[in-house]
Amino acid sequence: MTSPTPAAGDAVRLTGTAKSYGAFTAVHPLDLAVPAGSFFALLGASGCGKTTTLRMIAGLEAPTAGTVHLGGQDVTALPPYKRPVNTVFQNYALFPHLDVYENVAFGLRRRGIKSVRKQVGEMLDLVQLGPLARRRPHQLSGGQQQRVAVARALINRPQVLLLDEPLGALDLKLRRQMQLELKRIQTEVGITFVHVTHDQEEAMTMADTVAVMNAGRVEQMGAPADLYENPASTFVANFLGTSNLIEAEVAGEEGGTLHLTSGGLRLSLPAARCRAQAAVGDRVLAGVRPEKITLAHRDDEDAIPAGRNRVPGRIVDSSFIGVSTQYVVDSPVCPDLEVFVPNVGRDARLAPGAPVVLHWDPEHTFGLDAHQDIDAGLDGLEAEARGAAPERAGTAATAEEAAV
Amino acid sequence: MRPTRWLRRNLVVIAGVLALIYLMVPNLVVLAFSFNKPKGRFNYTWNHFSTDAWQHPCGVAGMCGSLTLSLKIAVYATIGATVLGTMTAFALARYRFRGRAATNMLIFLPMAMPEVVMGASLGTLFLNMRIRFGFWTILIAHIMFCLSFVVTAVKARVMSMDPRLEQAAQDLYATPAQTFYRITLPLAAPGIAAGALLSFALSFDDYIITSFNAGNSVTFPMFVWGSAQRGTPVQVNVIGTAMFVLAVVLVLAGQLAGGRRRARG
Amino acid sequence: MTAAATEPAPPALPAPAAPPPALRRAAARRRRTPYLLLIAGVAWLLVFFVAPMIYQASTSVQTGDLEDGFKVTWHFATYWDALTAYWPHFVRSLVYSGIATALCLLIGYPLAYTIAFRAGRWRNVVLVLVIAPFFTSFLIRTLAWETILADQGPVVSFLNDIHLLDATSWLGVTQGHRVLATPLAVVCGLTYNFLPFMILPLYTSLERVDGRLHEAAGDLYATPFTTFRKVTFPLSMPGVVAGTLLTFIPAAGDYINAELLGSTNQQMIGNVIESQFLRVLDYPTAAALSFILMAAILLIVSLYIRRAGTEELV
Repeated sequence: MTSPTPAAGDAVRLTGTAKSYGAFTAVHPLDLAVPAGSFFALLGASGCGKTTTLRMIAGLEAPTAGTVHLGGQDVTALPPYKRPVNTVFQNYALFPHLDVYENVAFGLRRRGIKSVRKQVGEMLDLVQLGPLARRRPHQLSGGQQQRVAVARALINRPQVLLLDEPLGALDLKLRRQMQLELKRIQTEVGITFVHVTHDQEEAMTMADTVAVMNAGRVEQMGAPADLYENPASTFVANFLGTSNLIEAEVAGEEGGTLHLTSGGLRLSLPAARCRAQAAVGDRVLAGVRPEKITLAHRDDEDAIPAGRNRVPGRIVDSSFIGVSTQYVVDSPVCPDLEVFVPNVGRDARLAPGAPVVLHWDPEHTFGLDAHQDIDAGLDGLEAEARGAAPERAGTAATAEEAAV
Repeated sequence: MRPTRWLRRNLVVIAGVLALIYLMVPNLVVLAFSFNKPKGRFNYTWNHFSTDAWQHPCGVAGMCGSLTLSLKIAVYATIGATVLGTMTAFALARYRFRGRAATNMLIFLPMAMPEVVMGASLGTLFLNMRIRFGFWTILIAHIMFCLSFVVTAVKARVMSMDPRLEQAAQDLYATPAQTFYRITLPLAAPGIAAGALLSFALSFDDYIITSFNAGNSVTFPMFVWGSAQRGTPVQVNVIGTAMFVLAVVLVLAGQLAGGRRRARG
Repeated sequence: MTAAATEPAPPALPAPAAPPPALRRAAARRRRTPYLLLIAGVAWLLVFFVAPMIYQASTSVQTGDLEDGFKVTWHFATYWDALTAYWPHFVRSLVYSGIATALCLLIGYPLAYTIAFRAGRWRNVVLVLVIAPFFTSFLIRTLAWETILADQGPVVSFLNDIHLLDATSWLGVTQGHRVLATPLAVVCGLTYNFLPFMILPLYTSLERVDGRLHEAAGDLYATPFTTFRKVTFPLSMPGVVAGTLLTFIPAAGDYINAELLGSTNQQMIGNVIESQFLRVLDYPTAAALSFILMAAILLIVSLYIRRAGTEELV
């Protein structure tokens, strides 16, 4: 295997890194580069291999193939205590027999640093835990424990800080607060963060770059907005936010626009946004995000500007969630199209049973290969079922690679 | 609340307290009769109060010698069984290896074997190997039967420990040796201490296995057994009471210290 | 930021490269470690527990005498002779220890339950009191029972005054107006001596039972007794099994209670083995008796474990 020379700017570089346990492959050979100073998120459902990947970077798991480089140095054979990385563990793994101060000082002391008082004090101030220095971990709240775990890792000024679902045990409000807090700390200290999470919102809020993992492979990688707007597979489309995926057939192409037919309706899709082969007669999945769709009552159909994709339907269900109202619409192209309508002025006619027309700018449509599971990434159960059936997941991923 | 209802709600507690009394009564009798001045040789009926025995605890020929022997053996057996047992427990709790199930069985068997069978078997072996009975044969036997109890206690503790704590230590630059001394050992300490305490108690108290392997050596339980035939001296009650009080005080002090350390800060 | 995102994964990688030598060395070390940790403890048990057992097995089929030494003659008749001569002792051992085990469960369960759920801040104190008798030599405590149950003592006088001993004598568990030197005394002593061995495992498994389960059962229309029968007791089953075994096995081999609290009519099999070994010096008989006892216990225990349906003991 020709190992590419690590780029100078990469804090972490995985080259063909893989991990299998007997017959089960947790992580397929993986190439991944994390630029220095970035906030990088590995996103995926439980069991997708993201934590294993993180543990291989930390040295807690030995890869079965491939190499791990940290800042240009090959560390594949180095034990965890010789690697310049630190981890914030899931459920924190704070030492129960040591107080907060000693927990934070642990790494410095192991490296033979005698006077730790100043550094520990500063670090505890950074995470606002100064007054609790002599408490034991079990006397702290979840949020406080989480900050001790961050302080304990950060004080060592690692080249890379690894975070394994660090916010998973916190309640929603606290999680939001800690997301901003972590982002602030990362900007302040400038250390590369690699963050593992199953929460797509968390990944998008915090990270510069997100890698979406599924069944031991990276499905897609990019900036959060890019992933959201241009998903490359059904898994990413469904796992990141919500997508309406419409099965359609290519009817023709004209001036960079694909004309599709589905359920007897005509839809337009910019050819540049189509990830699948699109000769006439090919089947593709046309996707559109629920918030891009406008919902009009059938009576107002004439007011819809020309050139937009239109789908007639009937409201099946509506739920009011504060900032918006979510509708489920039965239509000829798809029995359960989702539409999010912001609560600006509420149209009283839009109740279940009402006939409606959905319309959106064709530019907001994206095209995906139809040879993949349309429901991939819909929920945790689905992801686990895919994990248990590697052939199926494998096919999807191969199709995905071909598409890229 | 009506009395019958109170009774029904607290029936289990009342039964529990009665069971506790059943457990405690002999100790109280031992305590009371350590202050007796018996008429004749047998310390079975109350005669009159005296502190003679407490003032001269070693006033009986051979008793304090046997006590010293028992304490010595208990200390050595505890150290031996704790060291061997802790190592075995770590292997069983932390590793998957060929022969693990067989080892678990080997550890379990001594606990499922009547003492008289183990004692007689080991005694027969020593006898036929022409090994001289005495201090060493007793010590060997005691380490043998304490070992399983230490393994069980330590294994339970180690299995309940979060392996991520050790990984966290390694992640924070602790070498394997440092991880063991700074994290693993302190976390496993309660299990090891429990095993050691149990070993000490079992070894100090053992009569059956010892009697098959002691030869002419006399441990404290053997002294008590021997004296039971011709009338136990009051001093035996003194030793029994002293051990009881000492144990309770030590354990309570340990718990208090632990509690205060937890409460601090 | 996306600029650094890597090129897509190569479609297929060459056969996985072998891990570097340092990793292989670490893996080899890891494979060796458990054996290094085990060796001392396992060797100790093999030499001083398993080997004696095997030797004992050979002794049981030897014949000879002290002067000329013993030889293996495959004399299985020793087993038959031992059984015919001492079967009452076997029966007595199993019956006494069986009753004592049942009594321990009956007495110990409420106490374990109280410690686990009702003791509050007294929990640790009560636990210490349960363990503490261990530290007064159990011979001394058994001798204390001799004092308590003495013929002229207050307990026996009281039992005579209420004519309870007449009733028990009629049942055959006591004789005349005394308790000492009767089956009742021996069973009482066995129960007392092995009670902590019952209470501790019971407590350990009860402690793990979530107190909220009681509330949940109550919420689902279970009376306190039904809650106990359907929820608490089944959950404490591992403790019940462990406790009964830890009580029954040593009690079946015990001879101290029979010796100190009973008479020749209450002698158990342990007494016989002890005297054959230490006084009669008939080693083959002692060995054969040991093996019969062991076999009987293993048989009963395995039947019992199968009935109780718990195999989490080891």
